[in-house]
Amino acid sequence: MTDAATLFGLCAAVLVGLGLYGFIVNPQPLRKIIAFNVIGNGVFVLFGAVAHRGGALGWGGDPVPQALLITGLVVAFCASALAVTLLLRLAEEAESVTLAPDAPAPAEPATDARDA
Amino acid sequence: MTTTSGGLLLVLAVMVPFVGVLAGFALGGRNAQRVAVVTILAGLGVAIAIAAATARSGDMLVYLLGGWAPPLGIALRADGLAVVMMLAVAAVVLGIGVYARADFATPSGVREARAPLVFWTLLLAIWGSLNLVFVAGDLFTLYVALELLTFAAVPLVSLDGRGETLRSALRYLLYALLGSVFYLLGAVLIYGGYGTLDIALVADSVRPDTVTLVAAALMTAGLLAKTALVPLHLWLPPAHAGAPAAASAVLSGLVIKGSWFLVVRLWFDVFPGVVTFSSAQLLGALGATAILLGNVVALRQERLKLLVAYSTVAQIGYLFLMFPLAFDANPGEIARGDALTGGMLQAISHATAKAAMFMAAGLIYLAAGHDRIAELAGVARTLPITVLTFAIAGLALMGLPPSGAYVAKKLLLDAAAGSGQWWWDVVLQAGALLTASYVVLVLAHALWPARVASEPKAKVSRLSEVAALALAICSLLLGFAAVGPTPLDAISNPLALSELATALALLLGGGVIAIGLANRLPSLAADSAVASLLRPIRQVTTAVGALFVRLDGGLRAWPVAGLSLLLVAIAFGLAMVAGR
Repeated sequence: MTDAATLFGLCAAVLVGLGLYGFIVNPQPLRKIIAFNVIGNGVFVLFGAVAHRGGALGWGGDPVPQALLITGLVVAFCASALAVTLLLRLAEEAESVTLAPDAPAPAEPATDARDA
Repeated sequence: MTTTSGGLLLVLAVMVPFVGVLAGFALGGRNAQRVAVVTILAGLGVAIAIAAATARSGDMLVYLLGGWAPPLGIALRADGLAVVMMLAVAAVVLGIGVYARADFATPSGVREARAPLVFWTLLLAIWGSLNLVFVAGDLFTLYVALELLTFAAVPLVSLDGRGETLRSALRYLLYALLGSVFYLLGAVLIYGGYGTLDIALVADSVRPDTVTLVAAALMTAGLLAKTALVPLHLWLPPAHAGAPAAASAVLSGLVIKGSWFLVVRLWFDVFPGVVTFSSAQLLGALGATAILLGNVVALRQERLKLLVAYSTVAQIGYLFLMFPLAFDANPGEIARGDALTGGMLQAISHATAKAAMFMAAGLIYLAAGHDRIAELAGVARTLPITVLTFAIAGLALMGLPPSGAYVAKKLLLDAAAGSGQWWWDVVLQAGALLTASYVVLVLAHALWPARVASEPKAKVSRLSEVAALALAICSLLLGFAAVGPTPLDAISNPLALSELATALALLLGGGVIAIGLANRLPSLAADSAVASLLRPIRQVTTAVGALFVRLDGGLRAWPVAGLSLLLVAIAFGLAMVAGR
C-alpha cells in the first residue's frame, strides 16, 4: 500500500492543494507566482510517480515522463521569469503592486486635460 | 502510420513563422516589419498549399518527427478542422498585418522603438503557436503550444507599458498559468492511465474510468480558463480593451481560438464517448450565461473598446453552444456533424468580424481622440469607411445573411431541432437579438449628427481602413465559402421577404433593448414627449443592467474567479459521472 509511488503521489496531491490554496487566497502577485510554482512542482512530482510505476515492468523507470518533465520545467521557468519581469515593470510604473481589477478607478481618459 | 506526402508542409506551417520571429529579433529595429511582411506572405502560401494537398489527397496529412511513430515519436496531423483554422488564421494575420503598418511602422529617419519590434515578432510567434495547436498530435506538445501562445500574447497586452496595462497583462498571465497547470495535471493523469499522450492512440483505447473522468474535467476547466468563458473571464475585458487596436484584434480574434480549438479536439477526438449528455449541457449552459452576461454588460459600457471586449466575452459563449447540439443521444457520445461545422464557422466568422471591429474601434479612437460612446456623434461623417466596417462586422456577428455566422446559426438551429433540444433555440435567437442591441447603439451614436463639426484629431491611414473593411466583408461573405461542406440550401436568398423581415425584427428588437439598457442614449431634447415617456421605464431597466455589471464585477474578483475554476472542474467531473 505505501510503496514509494503512492507516497510520492500523495505528496504531489498535498503540493497541488497547498499551491491552489495560496494561489486563490493570497492577493499579492509575487505569492501567486510562488504558488503557481508549488502547484507546478506537485504536477511534476506526480509525473515522477507515474514514471516510477512504469518501472514496475522491471525497468529502472519509464524514461518518457522524464523527457517531458524537463520540457515542463523549462516552460514553468519561462512562465515564472515572464511573470516576475512583468511584476518588476509594474512596480516601476505604478506605486501599488496589486492585481485588484479596479485598483485605479476605471480611468476616465483624461482627454479634456489634454485638450485644454 | 507513416508520413504522408505533403506532410512536410505541416512542419513548415509551424517553422516559417518562428523562423520569422528569430530573423526579426536578429535583424532588429526597422527590419522586423520587413521580415514580418515576407513571413506573412510565405506562411499564407504554406497554408494554401496545405489546403490544396488535403483537398487533393482527401485524407489527413501526417508528419512523423524524425520518422519515429507514436507512442515513442511525435506526430503532426492536419485534419479538415485544422486546415480550415490554419487558412482562417493566415487570412486574419494578413489583414492585421496590413492594418498595423500604419501603427507600427518605423519609417527611415525615425528612431527605432521597441513596440514595433515586439509587435511584429510576437504577431508571428502567435501565428506559429496557433498553427502548432492546430497540427500537434499529442497532448504534451499541445501543452507547450498553448504556453507559447500565452507567452506571446501576454506582452501584446502591455505593449504601451502603462501601469494599468501591465496589471492587465500580469492578471492574464497568472490566470492563464493556473488554467494550463490544470491542463497539464490532466495530461499527466492521462499518461498515467494510458501510457501514451498521442491523441489517436488514447482515443483508440479510451474508457470512462475514474482517471479519465478526472483528467477530462481538469483539462476542460483549465482550457475554459484560458478561453475566458464566463465565469472564468476575469482577465479578458481589461486585457483586450487596454491593448493597442492591432494587438486587441490579434488577442480577441485569434488567441482565444487556440484554447477553444483544443477543447474541440479533446471533446470530439479524445473523449467523445467519455463526455456525457449532462456535461455537454453544462458546457452549453456556461456558454448561455456568457452570452447573457457579456452582451448586457457590453451595453452598459461607456467606452467603445470595452464594449467590443465584452462582446467577445459573449461571443465566446456562442462558440460553446455547439457542444450540447453535437451530442448524439443514440450511441451517447459527441459526434462530428453539422453542429461541429456550425461551430467552426462561428469561430472563423467571429475571428474575422471581431478583428475588424477592434480595428474600427482603434481608428475611431485615433480620429476622435477618445472612444467614449456617448460622444461619438459625427464620427460617421469623418470616418465613413470605418463606421461602415463596424456596421458590417456587427451584421456579421448578429448572423444576418449571407454571413458565416448566419449559416452557423442555421446549422445549429437545425441540430437543435433534430435533437429536440429546443432551449438552445431560445439562447441562439436571444444572443442574436442582444448582439444587435449594442451594434445598433454604437451605430446610432456614430450616425447622430454632431452639434459642432469637429476636425479629426489625427489622420487615419486609408490602408488601415481598407484592411479592416476587407476583413469585415470576408466575415459577411463567409456564408458563400461555406457552401461546399454544408447543404446547398443552407443559404437562402438574402433578399427574400422572410429573411428581410427577420433582419428587420432583429434590428428593431435590438434597438428596443438598447433603449432600455444602454448607459447613454443619443441626446434627445430632454423635455420631448419621448424622453418623458422613456424616463420611468429606463429607471427600471438600467437598474437591471447595473445589477449585471455588479455581478460581472463580483465574478471577476480574484478569489471568486479562482474558486470558480475549481467549481467548474468539480462540476464537469460530477456531470461526467452522473450522466452515465
